[in-house]
Amino acid sequence: MSSYLYYPGCSLSGSARAYAESLAAILAPLGVELREIDDWNCCGATEYLTLSPLGGYALIGRNLALAESQRNGTSTLVAPCSACYANLAKTDRFVRESQTLREQLNGALAADGLQYTPGSITVRHLLEVLIEDVGLDELQRHVTRPLHGLRVAPYLGCLVSRPDYDRRWAQHEQPHALDRLMAALGAEVVDYPLRTSCCGGHMTQISPDTGFEMIRRLVDAADRREADLLVTVCPMCQMNIDAYQSEMNHHFRTDYHVPILFFTQLIGLAFGLEPKVLGIGTEIVSAHRALGRIGIAVPPPAEVEVEVPAGQAAPAAREARAKRPKGLPMPRLDEDER
Amino acid sequence: MTPNEPADSPRVGVYVCHCGTNIAGTVDVAAVRDWAMERLGPHGVVVSRDYPFMCSSLGQELIEDDIRELGLNRVVVAACSPHMHEKTFRGACERAGLNPYLCELVSIREQVSWVHTDKVAATAKAEALLAGGVLRVREQVPLEPMRVPINEATLVVGGGIAGITAALEIADAGFPVHLVEREPSIGGHMAQFDKTFPTLDCAACILTPKMVTAGSHPNITLHTWSEVTDVAGYVGNFTVKVLHRPRYLDTDLCTGCGICQEKCPAKVVDPVFEAGIGYRKAIYRPFPQAVPKFPVLDPDNCIYFERGTCRACEKLCPTGAIRLDQQPEEVTLQVGNIVLATGFEAFDARRVEAYGYGRLANVFTSLEFERMSNASGPTGGQIVLRDGVTEPKTVAIVHCVGSRDRNYNKYCSAICCMQSMKFAHLVREHTDATVYEFYIDIRAPGKAFDEFYQRVQDEGTIFIRGRVAEVTDVLRMPDEAAEDGRLIVQVEDTLAGLQRRIPVDMVVLSVGLEPQADAHEVARRFGITCSSEGWVIERHPKLDPVATMTEGVFAAGCALGPRDIPASVASGAAAAARILGRIQQRELALEPIRAVIDAERCSGCRICNDLCPFSAITFDAVQAVTEVNPALCQGCGVCIAACPAGAIAGTGFSDAQILGQIEGILMFSGAADVGARTASPEPKAPEAVPA
Repeated sequence: MSSYLYYPGCSLSGSARAYAESLAAILAPLGVELREIDDWNCCGATEYLTLSPLGGYALIGRNLALAESQRNGTSTLVAPCSACYANLAKTDRFVRESQTLREQLNGALAADGLQYTPGSITVRHLLEVLIEDVGLDELQRHVTRPLHGLRVAPYLGCLVSRPDYDRRWAQHEQPHALDRLMAALGAEVVDYPLRTSCCGGHMTQISPDTGFEMIRRLVDAADRREADLLVTVCPMCQMNIDAYQSEMNHHFRTDYHVPILFFTQLIGLAFGLEPKVLGIGTEIVSAHRALGRIGIAVPPPAEVEVEVPAGQAAPAAREARAKRPKGLPMPRLDEDER
Repeated sequence: MTPNEPADSPRVGVYVCHCGTNIAGTVDVAAVRDWAMERLGPHGVVVSRDYPFMCSSLGQELIEDDIRELGLNRVVVAACSPHMHEKTFRGACERAGLNPYLCELVSIREQVSWVHTDKVAATAKAEALLAGGVLRVREQVPLEPMRVPINEATLVVGGGIAGITAALEIADAGFPVHLVEREPSIGGHMAQFDKTFPTLDCAACILTPKMVTAGSHPNITLHTWSEVTDVAGYVGNFTVKVLHRPRYLDTDLCTGCGICQEKCPAKVVDPVFEAGIGYRKAIYRPFPQAVPKFPVLDPDNCIYFERGTCRACEKLCPTGAIRLDQQPEEVTLQVGNIVLATGFEAFDARRVEAYGYGRLANVFTSLEFERMSNASGPTGGQIVLRDGVTEPKTVAIVHCVGSRDRNYNKYCSAICCMQSMKFAHLVREHTDATVYEFYIDIRAPGKAFDEFYQRVQDEGTIFIRGRVAEVTDVLRMPDEAAEDGRLIVQVEDTLAGLQRRIPVDMVVLSVGLEPQADAHEVARRFGITCSSEGWVIERHPKLDPVATMTEGVFAAGCALGPRDIPASVASGAAAAARILGRIQQRELALEPIRAVIDAERCSGCRICNDLCPFSAITFDAVQAVTEVNPALCQGCGVCIAACPAGAIAGTGFSDAQILGQIEGILMFSGAADVGARTASPEPKAPEAVPA
């Protein structure tokens, strides 16, 4: 059993409870133990560092220092939330590089009797740990209910692969890690070019016009590619696309219905776990139709969905897939190379 | 003392060069001159002079006169680096009857005056280096260059424009050439192009006459659809194995009528000549003007080779030339010199995923565009979208794809700016489209290049300075609502200081040039070195740009690095000229700086065997000793340092020479006592040199 230090972050006990539940459910079969660090605090999300750099670094650094003091056979700190991961990785890197910041940070932490030694902790994202340490072969070994026929658009979000401080991702702009994981689960992976585009973060609060447009783009691109659902690794992305999809529809007078699930939920489904223990059904844009299509029975949402009458289909008309395109041949894309 | 030549009565002449003010500005040359006479006298220095330019004919005569009149038997010149003028001063010694290898150069320009500012310290350092040179030259022994006969035949690898040029130059001078080409036809990338920049000459019109001449030249033997599999021997006497892949037809019977190609039922995408946007048959000639005219059969796509039936070509060939059971054939060639003109590969645009090549139908590469704009290409010269019919109304041309980018290649690919502007011109010639060029800098330094840039600007092409961030089909609402189905080029316009999103119908990625995928393997096979990227390294980047570090192996064209057609032609001709000079000498003098193995002391451990970068070391299994081929050895010294038994010695850099040099430098190193130079230790007696 491999063991890691674990920093869940605030979202996992709030808006992303489904992420926490599904993660907990898949850990046991995989033989992975996540040891939550004691007394952790919020990482400050995406805003705090820009408001008060030292305050922000201290907030994040405190978690690193706690992780360091609670090392017990492992020094790898796993974060499931992309913002937490980016913040922890960034702080660790900057403290390693800058003597000034190191002194300031440890000065601030000293008030709490803590200190952080740069490099003592390796910060990694949950997705990378599952793919690199557990491995796709091992994940595949546990698949009892392959997701055959489920068209999935892999949406990584903007915070995981860039800036890639420790060179963990082969392709920063278009990493295919999540694609490969979904394919290993048997899902039909849609080529989703917005896999690292921003969901808007808290833009829905600051400038709704901008925020809704950012969400529309993501949902529209998935819809055009006939994806049954989006899958993500980020609580912020999940919340934006899930919770604001109906407001966005209202804003643009559209009627998109693209559910978004956490990758751990799909891993759990492929492992044959019950949808309920994976938190499926708690999403606002219900995945029950998408999952029903591949024979996974999920109770329909409490609110009865308004079926779109024929002839008034979703605004972005789904293009029929060209069978054998005429004209000039397309360049060959060798999937193995990616 | 070296056993072969005890220098018991050295008579050394020291010559200190001013190099104008290059050296004299920082080093007190007169002081060095006097110091050498005074302090190095006990070490055999009998004359010490300075002169403004030792390399001038008057300076050289000074040395020659002293050798004759004073009976000098060793010469030390304190001047520039040996790379610069070693040959010059060796020549002076030789003219005066002294073995040229008894001359030593001490670099007090590159290693002293150019890198120091403190005149006192620099002078002290020059003196120390000079002392090292004097103690080293005492141990030098006369060497005789090795003479090897030169085979008249030349191997040219690669049948692009550089290789064709080299082959024709040598063949026209009356010497035999073997031209090896991997593809079915010679012609290279140039044969794929429609027009050439900046003159807009038709590429085929200027290339095909040369191809035909090369194909029919009595002195040129073509080996197309072939590869060099092995190279052995050394300059003047290479033995090369060439594998002829089967064409599956008898070239003595084939008339090149093309019926087999016409009747072949297997049609496949041609990823090579048509750059993936056109088709060919399983038996094919890549293009009508191919040289030689014979087609090749591609067994991977042939129905007969897949299923055992068809044989349409065999049945319909009017001369019965098809041979479906043909086997590969290996031929062995004897050649004296080799030209590597192996060319480049276009950067794989799929690597820049943000530009969507392979995902977005209407993103094309420059090679695809070349084929499209070519009148004999898949669209007959029509500029159209991937659907094959729609003419674009707006075209974006993206520069520096894969070049000048730390994620891919750091270097500038040299031809892409001009190529991109040629594309802009061709788009406007064939269509009414608006053309955007997205560039970082415009690099148009060649003859009539900048004029072409201005011409393309005058034609109305819109130049936007900025590296394209992304090409996407994901639209932003509501501004881009009307652009459905088009591509958006996201770019920072660095002149306007704006982020821009420009809707276009077609994107052409001007991809950079990369070395051939097997460049490192080819370099190993030919015993030459290439950069980490894979470009062949020249013997000297400025003064010897077509020779490699291996004698007898030259390089031309894009194998050396990205370059345009005129530069490729020039390097091909330059390589040919170098080789012709060699051939006409009939034999070649090789530098006698070599590794020599003492067979008595060699234990046969073979540690040195795999270290030699020039493949000069072989193992004699019968005698159980290692041998060095003197013609292949370049005297790099790797084996000498590695030999645990000390059985390998270097001529021209023996242990005694190196130790003498070190001792000389250490005895007079004034670094610690620049202010008290008189406190320098007294020179030790020469016998103290440890052997």
